[in-house]
Order: sequence, then C-alpha cells, then structure tokens
Amino acid sequence: MSNGARSVTEVHRNGNIMAQEKLLEGYVGFANLPNQVYRKSVKRGFEFTLMVVGESGLGKSTLINSLFLTDLYSPEYPGPSHRIKKTVQVEQSKVLVKEGGVQLLLTIVDTPGFGDAVDNSNCWQPVIDHIDSKFEDYLNSESRVNRRQMPDNRVHCCLYFIAPSGHGLKPLDIEFMKRLHEKVNIIPLIAKADTMTPEECQQFKKQIMREITEHKIQIYEFPETNDEEENKMVKKIKDRLPLAVVGSNTIIVVNEKRVRGRQYPWGVAEVENGEHCDFTILRNMLIRTHMQDLKDVTNNVHYENYRSRKLAAVTYNGVDNNKNKGPMTKSPLAQMEEERREHVTKMEKMEMEMEQVFEMKVKEKIQKLKDSELELQRRHEQMKKNLEAQHKELEEKRRQLEDEKHNWEAQQRVLEQQKLDASRTLEKNKKKKIF
Amino acid sequence: HYYCRQSESIGSTLLGYIGIDTIIEQMRKKTMKAGFDFNIMIVGHSGLGKSTLVNTLFKSQVSRWSSGWGGEHKIPKTVEIKAVSHVIEEGGVKMKLTVIDTPGFGDQINNENCWDPISKYINEQYEKFLKEEVNIARKKRIPDTRVHCCLYFISPTGHSLRQLDIEFMKHLSRVVNIIPVIAKSDTMTPDEKNEFKHRVRKELETHGIEYYPQNEFDDDMEDKNENDKIREAMPFAVVGSDKEFQVNGKRVLGRKTAWGVVEVENPNHCEFALLRDFLIRSHLQDLKEVTHNIHYETYRARRLNDNGGLHPISANNTQESNL
Repeated sequence: MSNGARSVTEVHRNGNIMAQEKLLEGYVGFANLPNQVYRKSVKRGFEFTLMVVGESGLGKSTLINSLFLTDLYSPEYPGPSHRIKKTVQVEQSKVLVKEGGVQLLLTIVDTPGFGDAVDNSNCWQPVIDHIDSKFEDYLNSESRVNRRQMPDNRVHCCLYFIAPSGHGLKPLDIEFMKRLHEKVNIIPLIAKADTMTPEECQQFKKQIMREITEHKIQIYEFPETNDEEENKMVKKIKDRLPLAVVGSNTIIVVNEKRVRGRQYPWGVAEVENGEHCDFTILRNMLIRTHMQDLKDVTNNVHYENYRSRKLAAVTYNGVDNNKNKGPMTKSPLAQMEEERREHVTKMEKMEMEMEQVFEMKVKEKIQKLKDSELELQRRHEQMKKNLEAQHKELEEKRRQLEDEKHNWEAQQRVLEQQKLDASRTLEKNKKKKIF
Repeated sequence: HYYCRQSESIGSTLLGYIGIDTIIEQMRKKTMKAGFDFNIMIVGHSGLGKSTLVNTLFKSQVSRWSSGWGGEHKIPKTVEIKAVSHVIEEGGVKMKLTVIDTPGFGDQINNENCWDPISKYINEQYEKFLKEEVNIARKKRIPDTRVHCCLYFISPTGHSLRQLDIEFMKHLSRVVNIIPVIAKSDTMTPDEKNEFKHRVRKELETHGIEYYPQNEFDDDMEDKNENDKIREAMPFAVVGSDKEFQVNGKRVLGRKTAWGVVEVENPNHCEFALLRDFLIRSHLQDLKEVTHNIHYETYRARRLNDNGGLHPISANNTQESNL
C-alpha cells in the first residue's frame, strides 16, 4: 500500500474530508480577505435588535442607558416604566450609534406592563407575537423577487430581568422563559444586584441555574472556540451566569476618578467594577465579543425553526397544521419524505373506504336479488296453484262433457233404435197395407 | 377641716398624700404578671425580606425560617396562612408574640383575589373572640388571636405602588391596622428613597387608603401632633438583618456589601430604628386598643345587625350558638 492510499483510508475513517495542507511558495494575497469583508460590512453598517423584558422598576431603562452610554431614555423621553400601562405593550426605539467609523443601528424593544397587573396570565403573548411578526417579515422579504433591501429586524437577543428576591425564580419567570427559549436567545440577568451581599448573590445564582436546568430552559450558550484564551474567558462567564447587573445614569467621583455608580450613605456601588457587579462582563459579551454570534444563532437556529414550521404548515394543502406539529428542524428532503408518506397513507385510506362502500353495495344487491327470487318463487307457486285449479276445473268439465257425450250417444242410440224400430214397423205396416 | 367642691373642673387640692398615683404601679405589676399577647401579620410577595425583618424587630428567631438563606423556599400554589408563636421576655414582662406569615401572596402568575384567604383569617379571629365574649360562662381572660397589626411590604421598584399593593390595602385597611413598609430599602439611594416615599404616600392618599395610625382615631391634640409626624415619615424604608459586623470598632447589625456595610440601626442608612420604636416602644398598646375598640367593634356590630340579635349560649356550654 502506497502512502497516498493510506492517507485516503484515514480520511474516510475520520468521517471528515480533511483537505491536505499545502505550503505556498509566495505571497498570494487572500490574507486580505478579512479586510475586504470588514470594509464591506463597515460600509453597510450593522443592525442589532435587543429586547428587554421584566417587571417595571427593575432598572431596565437605566441599564440600557448604561450599556450603550447614551440617554435612550431621558427625562424628556422617559422610559416606558414611568408611564402607566394597563396592558402589556411592545415598543421599539431605534438609535444610530457611531464609533470608530463603524455605525450600528440599534433597536431596543421594550415591554412595559409585563408582569405588573394583578392577573398576569398570557402577558407573554404580545412578546411572542412581536417576535413572530419580525420573523414573518424577514421570511417574506427573503421570498421576494427583488431582495436588494433586506432589513434585519429580527430580535437577536432578549435580556430577561429577574427580580433580586434572593430565593429563586418566580412562576412568571419560568413560564416566560419556557415559552420563549426556542424563539429567541434569552440571557437572564439579575437586576438591581446591589440589593444583595456577595454571598446572597452566589446562592441566588446557583438556585436560579438549578431551576433553569430543572425546567429544561435553554438560555443562550456561549460557543466554544478553538482559542484557549477565549475558552478560558467563556468559562469564566459561564460560571457567573446569570449575570448580576447594576445600572446607573449618574457619574460620581470616587478616589478622584469619575465612575458611573450609585451613591449610598455607606458607600458607592460602582457599575463598572467587576467586584461590585457583572455589568462589564455583560457589556463586553453583548457588544464586544458575542454580538455577531447572537445574530448568527438567531439566523441559523431560531429563524430556521420558525421558517420550517411555517412552511411545513402551508404545504399541507393550506391547512394550518402548526398546532399539531411541535418544533421541527427537518431538512427539505425529510420534509418531502414525510409528505410522500402522508400522501400514501391518504391513498390507502381512500382505497379502504372505497372497498368498504363496494362491499356494502354488493351486499345490498345480493339481498335484493334474494328477495326478488323469493318473490318469483312465490308467484310461481301461486301460478301453479292457479294452473292446477284450472286443470281440475277443466277435468271436471271434460268429464261432464264425456258424460254428456255418453248420454247424448246413448240417446242417439236409443233414437237410432227407435228410428230403426219405427222404420221397421213402418215397413211392416206397409207390407200389410198393400194388399 | 376641708370642703369638697361640686364637679366643675379638675379637682380639689389634696391636703395630704393619698396614694392614688400608685394605681399605675399596680397596673404595671398586674400586666407584668399576666403578660400580654401581640399578633403581627406580615404580608408581601416572596423575597422581600419579611422574615428577616421580623427577626430583627424582635431580636430573636421568631419567624417561620431560621436565619440566613438556607433551605428551600418553595412558593406554594395558593396563599397559606402560617402562624408561629413564641414567648419572649424582657425586663420581667412576658409577651406572647405570634407572627402570622402569608407565603404565596402575590407570587402566582394570576393573583386575583389572593387577599381573600387573609381577609378570611382575620375575620375568623374576630369571630372566635366574639363567640368567647358572647358565652354565658366566659373565660377570665379571653385568648386574643386577633391580628393587631399587619405589616405590608412594598417592593422597592422606585416607581410607584403596584396594582396588587393598592388592591390589597384597599380591601384590608378597614378591617385591620395596616402599616406599609418599604422593603429592602438598601436598593435605593437617599434621593430615590425620598421620591419613592413621596409618590407612595400620594398614591395611598389618592386611593383613600387609611394606614395606621389612622387620622380619624386621634384622641387629642397631643396624639394628633405625634401621629402627624409619624404619618409624614411613613412608609418606613427598612432593611433587616440578623448578622453582626464590626464598624468603627462597634459591633452592629448590618449587611456587608463590597462597597460598604449597611447598618440596620443607623438612621442615616435606613429607617428601621424608627419603625421599631414606633411599633414596639410607643404604639404597641395603641395597636391593640385600636384593634379591639374599633376594628373588632365594627365587626361585632355588623355581625349582630346581620343576625337581628344574638342569643347567649345555654348553660350546657355546647359550642353551638345562634351566630
């Protein structure tokens, strides 16, 4: 066996087709490719949609302001929590942020009124509807003929704010996350983390993660990379989930440094201090390292789920089967297989039905025939009887006739005899007379 | 010789020491011997530090849970009423303290009428007392299980009262003494705290919720002044803790965070001391009196009117009555 052949068998055993590495003899230039991609993207600009969900008073608006260092919600345009809502609303605010030549169109989707009423059943429905409608828009624009302008308004990430009770998740939290973890990337956050001491925070985090695993909720998972350094960082983040954050709009001077923080009589809670809260981790993760991944996961997983579910429902004769089928991630081939199988079963069913009908009809016919046979027989017998009766009558009449005939013949003979006698006597008389 | 004046004003001048003032001492002795009951109900959704606060108030483990976080706090599916009694003693005075906890309140997705079990419980206690009172052969000292005070815990959102808070207080402020407190107030900076308190007070006023001390029950000017000051400062923003830390060489009750220690009894940090003084040191007896003279009487009058008269129980002491 030559070398080349052996390497081939090795490749197949591994399952992957590994391209053989070849050394270049000079500078070709495709190392420039990332730059080209980069330049194109920068020109195009980026879009990112972030949704924040949580009861009012958990500091959502403040956190958004802190994250993006802009006053998305300011005293002139107060955050939705400051306005009284009777039902859950879904509101979008768009802001264009520029940094270092890169521009980002940021959309914040807020959900004021969530969890604030006395009866909060189905308060997640407007949120689900919103996410689905964005998916639908994208699906429609993808299916159009002219696809030049394809704005991506899908929700890329959902920050879910958990109240710092120190005990565990509330029933509302669990319900919401169960219903949305397969539609959007959920990142759970512990809001107003400066309520808790470090020990309480640890316990609380552990309890939450336990409950999340218990209820099989799939929160956003940080992907493993090939890079050792990055993996270490990712592991650090994973250990601190869910992130406990603090937000602030005010700047305070601490030790001659200007920091964002909250001033208490007993000290200043600094927003960007890693020992005080996990805000910096959140910001780095959300914006600096994982923004693209969030978009990719939304596109490749959540959107595809939605799409296959939607299209599967439509192909089945326009009947909406969405309710019967659970979340599917079948490839188109499997889809066709499924359809064919369904078609075949349908045919079989029809065949069976037809046979049944046929049998029934046959039975009916046989029955009918039997009936008419019986009827005929009856009539036949009836007729026979009639005939016999007539026969008898006829016999009777014949006998009568015979009798009459006999009588008549007898009479005739008597008459003849008489006649003869008469003629003889006449002859005799005649003879006598003649003298 | 002396002469006594007819009725008129305060009194005749005494010509010698009689000893009438010793009656206060006699009453004190009696009360100390008998001890007294105090029943406090704590209401609020889970995670607001209710049990910790009650433990801090009475400086002992009187709530349902032992101190610290440990243990599974399972949220029950419906509102439960759990009463735990302890006898605590201080300076020779014995107090039978009953803490009535209401786990499950406000924790469900649908919280419609979650105050019904609480309302029922309070009325049941009034009913029990009424039955005892109406008995022909009454006990010397009727055991008092009526709820003297209901601490309602408001979540420190920083915005305003939640719908559930308003509904609860509206329904129950006519039946029991409600003292609203702002829980976990170390969440808020001093400015936020003041703003929040102000907003909460205004909302309570708008909805006509009379919290204790109620305006209408002030006896005289002195009371009114004192109570006005208290009403202005309510709802108290409190922090509870049963752990001690060293601060400036002193051992204080508090919460240790990475940026400082929140001292529970420091009036600059939170209003726990105010609440404790108000609840225990000055108005404890008044709470009981208002419950007995006003809330209980209202209940009694309503019951008697509804039934068109009450027949006392017959001498064979069956517990059936015509109530």
